[in-house]
Amino acid sequence: MGIKLLPGVHAPHRKNTADMEPVRMPPPAVVKIPMSMNIGRPATPIVKPGQKVAVGEKIGEAGGFVSSPIFASVSGTVKKIEDVLLFHGGTCPAVVIESDGEQTLFEGLQAPEVTDFDSFINAVAASGVVGLGGAGFPTAVKLKADPAKVDFICVNGAECEPYITADTRTMLDNSERLVKGMRMLYDYYKPEHVWIGIEDNKPKAISRLKELAARIDGVDVYPLPAMYPQGGEKVLIHNITGRVVPEGKLPLDVGCIVVNPTTLVTIVRFIETGMPLVEKVLTVDGSAIKNPQNVIVPIGTSLRDVAEFTGGFREPPKKIIMGGPMMGIAVPGLDEVVIKNTNALLFLNAKDAVLPEPTPCIKCGRCIAHCPLHLMPADIETAFQMNKPEDLKALKVNLCMECGCCSYICPARRPLVQTNKLAKGVLNAYNAKLKADAEKKAAKEAAGKEASA
Amino acid sequence: MEEMMYVSISPHIRAKEDTRSIMRDVLIALCPAVVASVLIFGFRALLVEAFCVVCCVALELVFERICKRPSTIGDLSAAVTGLILALNLPVSIPLWQALVGCAVAIVVVKQLFGGIGHNFANPAMTGRIVMFLAFSSAMATWAPAATNPAAGLGSWYSPATVDAVATATPLRYLKDGALGGDYTILRLFLGTVGGSLGETSALALLIGGCYLIYRKVISWHTPVAFICTVFVLSLLKGGASFAAAEIFAGGLFLGAIFMATDYATTPSTSAGRVVFGIGCGLITCLIRFFGSYPEGVSFSILLMNILTPYISKWTMSKPLGGVKQ
Ligand code: SF4
Ligand code: SF4
Repeated sequence: MGIKLLPGVHAPHRKNTADMEPVRMPPPAVVKIPMSMNIGRPATPIVKPGQKVAVGEKIGEAGGFVSSPIFASVSGTVKKIEDVLLFHGGTCPAVVIESDGEQTLFEGLQAPEVTDFDSFINAVAASGVVGLGGAGFPTAVKLKADPAKVDFICVNGAECEPYITADTRTMLDNSERLVKGMRMLYDYYKPEHVWIGIEDNKPKAISRLKELAARIDGVDVYPLPAMYPQGGEKVLIHNITGRVVPEGKLPLDVGCIVVNPTTLVTIVRFIETGMPLVEKVLTVDGSAIKNPQNVIVPIGTSLRDVAEFTGGFREPPKKIIMGGPMMGIAVPGLDEVVIKNTNALLFLNAKDAVLPEPTPCIKCGRCIAHCPLHLMPADIETAFQMNKPEDLKALKVNLCMECGCCSYICPARRPLVQTNKLAKGVLNAYNAKLKADAEKKAAKEAAGKEASA
Repeated sequence: MEEMMYVSISPHIRAKEDTRSIMRDVLIALCPAVVASVLIFGFRALLVEAFCVVCCVALELVFERICKRPSTIGDLSAAVTGLILALNLPVSIPLWQALVGCAVAIVVVKQLFGGIGHNFANPAMTGRIVMFLAFSSAMATWAPAATNPAAGLGSWYSPATVDAVATATPLRYLKDGALGGDYTILRLFLGTVGGSLGETSALALLIGGCYLIYRKVISWHTPVAFICTVFVLSLLKGGASFAAAEIFAGGLFLGAIFMATDYATTPSTSAGRVVFGIGCGLITCLIRFFGSYPEGVSFSILLMNILTPYISKWTMSKPLGGVKQ
């Protein structure tokens, strides 16, 4: 195929839970469902305290085009609507529901009628699905693309983060729905191909899907070497199609759409049964957890309840990560709740929680050699320390996808991703200033012209 | 109230290799050369090597104490500098002169420029060059080597000498156009010839180099570009056997594998490393063929060290999807 794969790192796999079929957790006593679980506008709560709700009943209306509706994940009574702190800063309302333990399904659940492209997009929007593999971008917005422009659709089954096997389980346990979804995409977009890219450390998923895909035209499995971050959107597109997404452009600009397999399965489930996104498969693992396993959890369940359900801790947890160890977010405590795009909870013991102290950069070049996007983190760090925004601009720190390869591989333990995040801020401020200066100059010139005229 | 959790920016795991493990690998890779030096030059070789390592570590410790900086001897980089410097010295070097070399390397070149990663020239090599200029006669007194290494065991100096007397090194002969005396290419490869402690045995250095490349401590780019350039230029000048003698003679392997790959003082991209290697090869040949010194490896690396910031600028890696503005 002749595509030179992008570099990355051989992060440890630790897929301890790959063979564990997820167990459904009984509803917790209360769930707290934040109205902001996606990129874009938060949803608006449409229930009142005291109101009875059932599983799948809408409790939050999408707050605009780039937004997504939200549904009750348990049956019971709305207790209150309170403001919660989001871990990336800011607050949003959250609907707190006291569960009656019955998990009664909402009577109004109805499978949507999907007959053509437009009704398909409407169904995706109504299902409440957001990018479940990563940032949580509303899927309907991404999929609402001119089919004529789409050459390839890549289902991102790489699941390259250590520990996480939630997508692997979805690919195994819902393989038929997944392939059906791929076929749907093929029918509605008529691309050259719908691929599902899977890292070769998941041989079972590969062979299962190959078997199913063999019977369907236009749908194929694309095995990829297990190399982090194979599932980075730009990396996946490059390694499957050979195309490069240019700076400031979207995958669609080079004819590609990337979807996560769990996202696709959730859409198909909604189209089949009318059940929107209310629960998530999670990998629960890490050195502090007693029984690593996969669980199916109602959205809004607190981390404490999830950990308790799995059997609690082997050692007191000292660091909690929502997501994988390479890109996941360390959260302050067990009161955080599972949201739409949570796919793993890692609880680390004291030994794993503390990272080694940074030492001086030895200029070894490893961070450069291993950056999938060919950036130069060591030079970015120097430019940041010397406060040289023009250098940061030339070094393209704005392209950094914060995949973590550089920090992971650095023998001097430099916190390079952290520096990149800060450097992006510096660069943005610099660009804004340049723009303001240019505008001022233009205004002055215009004024000058007027005066002379 | 629950205990506080640690929070930090991702990633939350780190690779196993750290600065210390890298330096340890370099020390391991130098072991074959150390063994060869004892076989070829006798036990005083080991004394010189141990002395330089101890001096460099002690100097770093003392200097950092005085400056109230955190001690960095644990990262083993001072030990590496000491050993590489020792391997660049003749077996008969007076120890006080070696101490001066260590002081130049650690205090002047490394610490005064801000410690590990901040120096612009390779400390060990600069130490050698300063000694070469300051103590030119002691630094050019090459004890003859044991032709039968096994006989070297148990002796202080190599059995072929009682007093170190100046012998003509292979490079001296090559300067006049061809290998002379009883030197052969095989002897050059094995290293049973006169020269500094660690430079003579291309075989031992090659083993160490392969280990470093296997362990991904260095990339192949610089050594291969460096050695190939010397080979090709020598081939053009004097034919195949001359070229073979040129690459195995002198400090080429030691320089190309262990000094031109120093992280801080050489470019950090593959393209930059190739350019660096070719430049080193070019300058080495110019000095060897036309200069007044028989050897040019150290000078070539030093000159290229100075050019490194410019090479790095020309060979910046190109961001994927980056758009010029
Ligand atoms: S990997 Fe770390 S030590 Fe090596 S160049 Fe990059 S920042 Fe410096
Ligand atoms: S610079 Fe950014 S994109 Fe490159 S390895 Fe580091 S985090 Fe990943």
